[in-house]
Amino acid sequence: MNGLKPGQMQLSGRGVICVRGGREVFSGLDFEAVSGEAVAVTGPNGSGKTSLLRLIAGLLIPAGGTIVLDGGDADMTLPEQCHYLGHRDALKPALSVAENLAFWADFLGGERCGAAESLATVGLDHATHLPAAFLSAGQRRRLSLARLLTVRRPVWLLDEPTNALDVAGQDMFGELMRDHLARGGLIIAATHAPLGIDSRELRIGGGA
Amino acid sequence: MTALAALIRRDIRIALRVGGGALIGVLFFLTVVVLMPFAVGPDLALLSRLGPAILWLGALLASLLTLDRLFMADHEDGSLDLITMSRTPLELACAAKALAHWLAAGLPLIVATPVLGLLLNLDMVATGAVALTLLAGTPALTFTGMIGAALAVTLHRGGLLMAVLVLPLSIPVLIFGVAASQAAITGPLSFGAPFSILCALSLVSLVIGPFAAAASLKHGLD
Repeated sequence: MNGLKPGQMQLSGRGVICVRGGREVFSGLDFEAVSGEAVAVTGPNGSGKTSLLRLIAGLLIPAGGTIVLDGGDADMTLPEQCHYLGHRDALKPALSVAENLAFWADFLGGERCGAAESLATVGLDHATHLPAAFLSAGQRRRLSLARLLTVRRPVWLLDEPTNALDVAGQDMFGELMRDHLARGGLIIAATHAPLGIDSRELRIGGGA
Repeated sequence: MTALAALIRRDIRIALRVGGGALIGVLFFLTVVVLMPFAVGPDLALLSRLGPAILWLGALLASLLTLDRLFMADHEDGSLDLITMSRTPLELACAAKALAHWLAAGLPLIVATPVLGLLLNLDMVATGAVALTLLAGTPALTFTGMIGAALAVTLHRGGLLMAVLVLPLSIPVLIFGVAASQAAITGPLSFGAPFSILCALSLVSLVIGPFAAAASLKHGLD
């Protein structure tokens, strides 16, 4: 079908229109990304970068147009194959680092690798029993990244992923993204800063 | 199934930790019931006549007290986004959250009832009757209250709106809960009729609550 190699996926949007609060944020947006490709969504504040990610994640309903994933798991909807890493960390301050991660691993289910292993990868293995309330902003971001590693999903939707990460953290994250792409995943990232990996730019809004 | 079990485990764990909702509800219940004898005065007959009503009112307000945070906390920290996106149907996730809330905040109220019954001069039968009606009726409070909690998230207004929305829905539960308790204590009506209606209210809200809450959350996606 549609010229994709076996095992390859393509995420594409056609004529996507986003309306929020009665205001048209963007319209007629076309985009596509295939396996192993990263797309950096750029644009001025308020141009709809986050809205685009939330449209793909099924957290907003498009006012027009279609977003489809070809070649993915036919039994699952697009949002079920996405990881969404938003501004908010989805961490519970009362639970420990390990408990937070274990909950998302159990709740999201599916294929996974070890929680301890992914905590070590993001550099939080020394703090597993610390309540998440005591984590710094950068550590919270690292814990969110551990969720992406623990539960495998082909599409990563990242909203300003490098926010609050230090230089070493950004390098580590670049490495994680390269691994994910090499495994045939795809990444859509809304970002102002350089992503740290080769990516195609999708500029929306402003026309500037 | 593991997903729902994980959700229930997490919510109970959070509620039982320091600063969680479970203890607040019980303490509120305790305060209301302990203060009542001081307000009513040392008339033992009057106290035991008012007892079931006081216990029911206390339990109703205590269970509503923490309910408005049911979805708000998950909404604020972004967990609700991930729950909405997951493979678990949102209706089941809502039901699991409500169940966890009832286990953490509703069940302790019922456990506390026999102790508080002593303060209101209720005998064993009366206390048992109130505890039994609470056991049958509080799930209805939680599952109807959940609808208000979901609306509070989508309408971006907190507690007050929730109280206005949910209180009318909880009035039938209160009426039949107290009626059943009174029937068991003083008669002459049979205990069975109001108690059956109370159970029916709980069963109906068990079915309607999760669907209404999930529909409200989906409609308010933002």
